[in-house]
Amino acid sequence: MDRLSYVGRRLLQMVPVALGVTILVFFMVHLIPGDPARTMLGARATDQAVAQLRHEWGLDRPLMEQYWLFMKRLAQGDLGDSLFYDTPVLSLIFERVWPTVWLLAYATVLALLISVPLATLAATRKDGSVDQLVRAIPLFGLGMPPFWIGIVLILLLGLRVPLFPVGGYGDYFLGHLYSMFLPGLTVALFLTPILIRSLRASLLTVLESDYITTARSKGIPEWQVLLRHAVRNAIISTVTVLGVNIAFLIGGTLVVEKVFALPGIGALMVDSIFNRDFPVVQGVTLVFAVLVVLVYLITDVVHSLLDPRVRYER
Amino acid sequence: MSAVETTAPAAGAERARGFRNRWYRTPSFVAGLAIIGTLVVLGLLAPTIAPYNPIEQDLKSILKPPSQEHWLGTDQVGRDVLSRLIYAIRVDLKIGLLAVLFPFCIGTFLGCLAGYYGRWLDTVVMRLVDVVVAFPFLVLIIALVFVIGPGPRGIYIAITMVGWVSYARIVRGEILVAKRQEYVLAAQAAGFSDARIIARHILPNVITQAVVFAMSDIVLVIVAIVTLGYLGLGVQPPTADWGSMMAQGQDFITTRWEISTIPGLAVVLTGLGLSLIGDGLADLLRPE
Amino acid sequence: MRDNVLEVRDLRVEIPLPHSTVRAVNGASFTVSRGEALGLVGESGCGKSMTLRAILGLLPSPARIVGGEILFDGRDLTRVSPGELRDVRGRRISMIFQEPMTALNPVMRVGEQIAEAPRIHLGYDRQSAHERAIELLRLVGIPDPERRAGAYPHEFSGGMRQRVMIAIALSCEPDLILCDEPTTALDVTIQDQILKLLLDLREELGVSVVFVTHDLAVVAETCRSLAVMYAGQILETGEVRQVFREPRHPYTLGLMRAVPDFELVQSSLDSIPGTPPDLASLPPGCPFHPRCSFVEDDCVSGEFPLLPLADGRATACVHHDTCARAAREDPVVVDRESGG
Repeated sequence: MDRLSYVGRRLLQMVPVALGVTILVFFMVHLIPGDPARTMLGARATDQAVAQLRHEWGLDRPLMEQYWLFMKRLAQGDLGDSLFYDTPVLSLIFERVWPTVWLLAYATVLALLISVPLATLAATRKDGSVDQLVRAIPLFGLGMPPFWIGIVLILLLGLRVPLFPVGGYGDYFLGHLYSMFLPGLTVALFLTPILIRSLRASLLTVLESDYITTARSKGIPEWQVLLRHAVRNAIISTVTVLGVNIAFLIGGTLVVEKVFALPGIGALMVDSIFNRDFPVVQGVTLVFAVLVVLVYLITDVVHSLLDPRVRYER
Repeated sequence: MSAVETTAPAAGAERARGFRNRWYRTPSFVAGLAIIGTLVVLGLLAPTIAPYNPIEQDLKSILKPPSQEHWLGTDQVGRDVLSRLIYAIRVDLKIGLLAVLFPFCIGTFLGCLAGYYGRWLDTVVMRLVDVVVAFPFLVLIIALVFVIGPGPRGIYIAITMVGWVSYARIVRGEILVAKRQEYVLAAQAAGFSDARIIARHILPNVITQAVVFAMSDIVLVIVAIVTLGYLGLGVQPPTADWGSMMAQGQDFITTRWEISTIPGLAVVLTGLGLSLIGDGLADLLRPE
Repeated sequence: MRDNVLEVRDLRVEIPLPHSTVRAVNGASFTVSRGEALGLVGESGCGKSMTLRAILGLLPSPARIVGGEILFDGRDLTRVSPGELRDVRGRRISMIFQEPMTALNPVMRVGEQIAEAPRIHLGYDRQSAHERAIELLRLVGIPDPERRAGAYPHEFSGGMRQRVMIAIALSCEPDLILCDEPTTALDVTIQDQILKLLLDLREELGVSVVFVTHDLAVVAETCRSLAVMYAGQILETGEVRQVFREPRHPYTLGLMRAVPDFELVQSSLDSIPGTPPDLASLPPGCPFHPRCSFVEDDCVSGEFPLLPLADGRATACVHHDTCARAAREDPVVVDRESGG
């Protein structure tokens, strides 16, 4: 019961943010220089086509009314129609969302598999040679553009040594696992430097806590101190770190989908940019923001499940 | 018997003195400075040291492998890759630096207001922060640049609109702590104006955190700029920029892999240099 | 010959820093007799916490022991293997820390934390360890122990958490408990309660205690012996009443003159002029000489180990007679029983 009301309260707190998100997304159309409709359709568009688009987008009405129209359509699941494909944006997104979800999940798992052991090794052997090496990773890694990582991996593991396919989504579960390995690894390597830095820092905080000294003063073997005391606390901060960096992760998938020709919504957005297809760009941006907000919410809830200190009543 | 409380200007000056005495003994700072310094010099001297004109095409020698005449070979329209690489330093570094400056200033300003005055101003600014943060950085930047129009102008506007957030948060947090300190109360009691208090007394202490963060921010911003270049939303051709070089080179990855990979190394190197400076600064500016 | 449960001889702890070496403990010696409570007093930063942590080998890195001996149960704890040291921790010697909020694992139930040491050292199974935990909670005065054992540390008040720490310390019936300022972080009223609890438990169970504090009043109430620490060295030891009546070190005298009224003491607030030395660059000779009102030429150089006196007392001051005379002439302590 308590937990339910906690979730409810967090949802309520998200409402103003969600509202702000819709306002920002709505406003994008007004950032287009000149006449949005004409700019999108291009110089060769007929006046008639431009006027029709203006009307469809409600650009001929006052601002508040436009926003109201936007929200009304949103509530009905109408994100507008693609200029290029002439189909509703939402259905386009639904068709292509799975590869993106796959990529996100795959990358998260791979990133954790790489980061957690490295961060743990670094934190437990602080200032040792392993630690220095691990700390060098963010120094080099943060400056690596995600698409570049993809290109290099394609070169090394797809072309030079043809271990993995360099594009496409594959069929069925195993096919996905195989085809998506390189893109998944790319995004994982993009996320890893940030994860390692945060994980190592929070692990250090845990290891240097007073209760670890207390545990040691009880004469507990060191491995048990780590496992029974440090890990429990470290997991909580790991979940938080992961949740906080989800936006970063998503940003990486966008371009990577294009590099590996994955039929996901990231590639959809990039293609739509090339096609000057504003409604799709707007729609995908909104969907990504919603995804991020949802992940924040889920992270909060999971955190409250794991950490007994989180109180449900204010 | 307790230590005497130092006033803010004194602490700031002390830290500056410490900085001046120690910066050359901090290996990370020096190394980073060396890397970035070298890049800047190379960029500034580009017209002198680049062997070829970066936009001059030579359709008779396209996609040539590295050789004596072209150390990194030529691209698909015969332009010298090395020259383009060097000239691109000017483009990407300059845009990167400026693109961080605007968010830094605006974010610091808004963070000051939010932290110092609090209440509704704070709420408004923080809600705005929450909204912006709900979007993945790259996604929002790309969408905004698409909407506003590609090229440096669009990049500056987009990154400013999105990037101010982190600075606002940092500065606000620091000010919330600082404004409870005694030296602030003393200044308020002496009747100093708010602007003076913030600018002369609080900010010097608070700005260091923002500056250290700015170092890692520039790295992310440069990655974003290069990504925009890759997508064709950055500086328009034929100007050389690392991102567009990598995009064009990707088509020829099987034969001339250098074109799409080496510019990326330049980005990594830049990121390394900036991160080292950031780490060094963090060490140096840390109160002993 | 009294039975000594712990004997610390000339302990030295150093903290190597990038630009200097801090001598946190610079030749500390004291003994704890079986069943007694020894108060280790001194100002903040004098090295008392480091001394306690050194006994159990729990020094925060990069601090380390660089000299001296810690004799417990016939062994020198500075030279035993990590495995042996772990056997001693929690089982023969346990420790109570200053900040109960951070010293308890926030995501682990209190009962579990108390049950841990018996399960590891005494081989209790889960059920019996749990019952022992409940027993201990009751012993330290926590109401409704069966239910409270399943609670988390943040659900307890500061004083209650400290009781939990005491329960943990007692769980394997140790010979010696090291208390690192256990009441400093608590409210004054709660302090009294906890001190009384510790006193009662000590009497009941006969466990020896080393009580580190900066508060002379607390030592007066709870301890039989006392060791005064300054700048990493022990300057004076002896029975509490004797030392208070006739301090034989100028620092002890100064400390007592600086303390407000409590039961055994009657004085005005007089603070010692000057500040404690920087442990990274100690002055030569007696560490207290720059602030001492009895200082003479021979105090500024040489080593000043503890000199044994009659009645089991010891002092590091070579001019302790002058000091004792000054104390008699202007008594700081009024022993209510003998009527001044």
